[in-house]
Amino acid sequence: MVPVLLILIPLVTGLVTFFFKDGRTAKSWALFSALATLVVSVLGLTVLKETKYLQFNREWLSALNSSFAVQLDGMGQLLCLLNAVAYPLVILSAWKNDYKNQNNFYALMLLAQAGMMGVFLATDALLFYFCWELALIPMYFLCSQWGGEKRIPVTFKFFIYTFVGSLLMLIGILYLQAHTKDHSFSWQSFIDLRLPANKQQWIFWLFFVAFAIKMPVFPLHTWQPDTYEQAPTATTMILSGVMVKMGLFGILRWLFPVMPFASFQWADFITPLSLCGAIYASLIAIRQDDLKRLVAYSSIAHIGLMCAAAFAQNESGFQGLMIQMFNHGINIIGLWIVVEITERQFGTRKISELGGIAQKAPVLAAFLVIIALANIALPLTNAFPGEFLMFNGIFSSVTVYHVWFTVMAGLSIIFGAIYTLNMIRKVFYGETIELTRAANDISMSEKLALGVIVLIIFVLGVYPQLMLNETAATASAVNEKFDFVRQTLLEQKK
Amino acid sequence: MNTLLISAVLGVLMMFSGVLLKSRQVIRNLAIAGMAGLLLVNILELGGTTFFQINTRDMMAFDRFSLLFITVAIFSTLLYLVLSAKDMEKVGINYAEYFALLFFIVCGIVLVSSFKSLLILFLGVEIISIPLYILTGSDKRNLKSNEASLKYFLLGAFSTGLMLMGIALLYGSTGTFSTSFRLGPDVKPSALMIAGMLLLFFSMSFKVSLAPFHFWTPDVYDGAPTVFTSFMATIVKAAVFIGFIRLFNNAFGLMHGQWQLIAAIITAATLFIGNITAVFQQSVKRMLAYSSIAQAGFMMLSLYALSAEAYEGLLLYTVAYSLATIGIFAVLIKMNDYTFSGFNGFARYHPLLAATTTVFLLSLAGIPLTSGFLSKFYMLKITLASGKGMWLAVFAVFMAAVSVYYYFRVIQAMYFKEGDDPKIQVTTTFKWTLVVLAALVILLGVFPNLLLYWVYF
Repeated sequence: MVPVLLILIPLVTGLVTFFFKDGRTAKSWALFSALATLVVSVLGLTVLKETKYLQFNREWLSALNSSFAVQLDGMGQLLCLLNAVAYPLVILSAWKNDYKNQNNFYALMLLAQAGMMGVFLATDALLFYFCWELALIPMYFLCSQWGGEKRIPVTFKFFIYTFVGSLLMLIGILYLQAHTKDHSFSWQSFIDLRLPANKQQWIFWLFFVAFAIKMPVFPLHTWQPDTYEQAPTATTMILSGVMVKMGLFGILRWLFPVMPFASFQWADFITPLSLCGAIYASLIAIRQDDLKRLVAYSSIAHIGLMCAAAFAQNESGFQGLMIQMFNHGINIIGLWIVVEITERQFGTRKISELGGIAQKAPVLAAFLVIIALANIALPLTNAFPGEFLMFNGIFSSVTVYHVWFTVMAGLSIIFGAIYTLNMIRKVFYGETIELTRAANDISMSEKLALGVIVLIIFVLGVYPQLMLNETAATASAVNEKFDFVRQTLLEQKK
Repeated sequence: MNTLLISAVLGVLMMFSGVLLKSRQVIRNLAIAGMAGLLLVNILELGGTTFFQINTRDMMAFDRFSLLFITVAIFSTLLYLVLSAKDMEKVGINYAEYFALLFFIVCGIVLVSSFKSLLILFLGVEIISIPLYILTGSDKRNLKSNEASLKYFLLGAFSTGLMLMGIALLYGSTGTFSTSFRLGPDVKPSALMIAGMLLLFFSMSFKVSLAPFHFWTPDVYDGAPTVFTSFMATIVKAAVFIGFIRLFNNAFGLMHGQWQLIAAIITAATLFIGNITAVFQQSVKRMLAYSSIAQAGFMMLSLYALSAEAYEGLLLYTVAYSLATIGIFAVLIKMNDYTFSGFNGFARYHPLLAATTTVFLLSLAGIPLTSGFLSKFYMLKITLASGKGMWLAVFAVFMAAVSVYYYFRVIQAMYFKEGDDPKIQVTTTFKWTLVVLAALVILLGVFPNLLLYWVYF
């Protein structure tokens, strides 16, 4: 029942929100809905841990052999939690903003949440595809309606990019479905399919391109900085905090277990690609003058690292990836909130035009420093265990280039520290200037949102065992697939 | 059989109603009531109640599939009439005649979707075409309408000639007009037969505007009065497509291997030309003309694959496409400015119309949760299931992505751009019918079984 509620609550409340006349009511209603989702999600992780609560399967498109099958399992649970945690934070941080047609704004936001929940929960490929698109459409409208000056062409580029990717994935899904024994779309029969290794090569790319565009992996990333910059910040938080994880999650759920051979064989091609992308994005981030673009490029860099960890294909890498997907979401939302507050107060996002905010807004500065340190994965913050495991994974992967990969990954982290700390120094420290002299500190709702984030950062940084426990089983299950692949290939060599 | 006879009688009745009745309102209501009655008798026949027992000597067969399609076609026509019948007043003075011609076309649709003899197919196609020539030119004082009508007539007559030639060659090689002639598995078809088949293939391609036989389509669709373009581009096209697949499945199904490659090439060409050219249009009406070509390319995949599921898929596709396009045209007819910028700021002044139009556009673009997605999904599925259509499916997918560009341009204009109030008047009935239409588009996208169930039971 839990997974169904997780999809239905935002879906139904989202649809209802369209009909609110008053913007304020819509906002409160959205917050209420987001909190309800959060409660259900937490219940699903703690109290209702029996299979009967966490699985649901109902006949749906019987003519197509597809069913409405959802399941809250080890792969999706952290991301569902992230999705559920992110929404109240985002709504709280945007509390002071008055959007035009507020009801439509929040309705679309909630619909996007329903779509993303579906992506993380679906165990039926067709349902997965439906939700994948359902998450995209509201985002398209959100960005094009409430975004910045160049929003229409930029969002359109984003839409077409992802739409092409997902259609290619649809062909892949259909191909696999046609070859399964029972002609069904269920995850289990996709795994049982065991396509011959040479056939996997093509189908792998149909899926991977879709996921790579979503993450995004270099060189398919060009839509992202523009979109992040132009989208309203509340939407950008969801895009970069939760939505990009759909790509990584897709790899874990639909690519690795279904096509392990091709995934293994292409790893040496994809890992350098994503690491180069990470370094490239970090270098660009260093040169950025716009706060939003800086955070956007930093997000590309982090995702590139996570993709490399995924393709390291060992237990440590997977576990690190799953943990980091959650923590990166939390940290980046924190960064966006700070950017949002800064922009709202001073009307500019240019780093060169700001300075010395810390003197006037010490609370905000303190929050920012903590979040920024978490973003560069300092020990005792939440990102550290994940990043450590990811590095461990990359280093201990079986490829002959593993040392080089680790060096590249390390470089991107160092660059990450440079641009993050530089940004803090320029924007928050130093003497106040004309613009920032009259700065106010943050309001209650913003304190609440940032406070929750900082709390999560510390709790999970000091006691990572919580997440390690949740992810261990899944990581080793995915790893087993690759053990099998490695063994088979070894035998073939002999 | 019910529908065939009654629609013909209703057509004659409507023709005289123009003389006998003065009020246009009454004529309109009569036509709508007639269409509703037609729907009723057809559903009765679907349930097994036939009023007329006529021995067609195996020239026609009213099987489940054809009856189901006729039901769908009449239902769409009914919605079309409710939405747009009033706008026909603007076209010309022969108000009642337009309805009469529409009823004759329905009569032709019944023939085309249930024939078992090539002669009946020919009759059906002609009964559809001739009223369409007239309707295209019905805006007599508009030169573009005249041009369109003449062009359509000349090219249409030419393709009819091809069709007759093809039928003649087939008759020469098989000795029968029936479509159920069977070749033995090892018998090599004669050159005469292949030539006849190709001629039929090309003339049918002309009727459903597949590339490279599509050149008439943009001019005719653009020149014809918009109310009639709506009808031509949707229900008529769907019906001829049903005839197309029926002909090639029944008569040439066993020779599938020999024409599959031609079907593939035509499909790819149609998808390419339709989608790419639509991108460059400035008028929404002309864009929809090219989009209808592009959508025909997708429907053509059902002929390429030709499996049992292809029938279901094509049925769903025709319904999805017709409903969405009728809806968009119904809104377009009301507009004074047919260009993309004419839709600027539409959502602000007419939120309901804009929202329903968005649903239709999303459906045409093939976004999930709409029937347009499921029908495209079916087409891709059968193409991949046929085993060798991978390249075609990938190509079709890329073209579908191109189509997003021009469909979304309308959405962008409506929602994200500022513009003046287009000052259009719509009735409450119109609004509610559009909402029903949009709801159907979504409903079929979530529960296609509501329709497909009836194919089997």
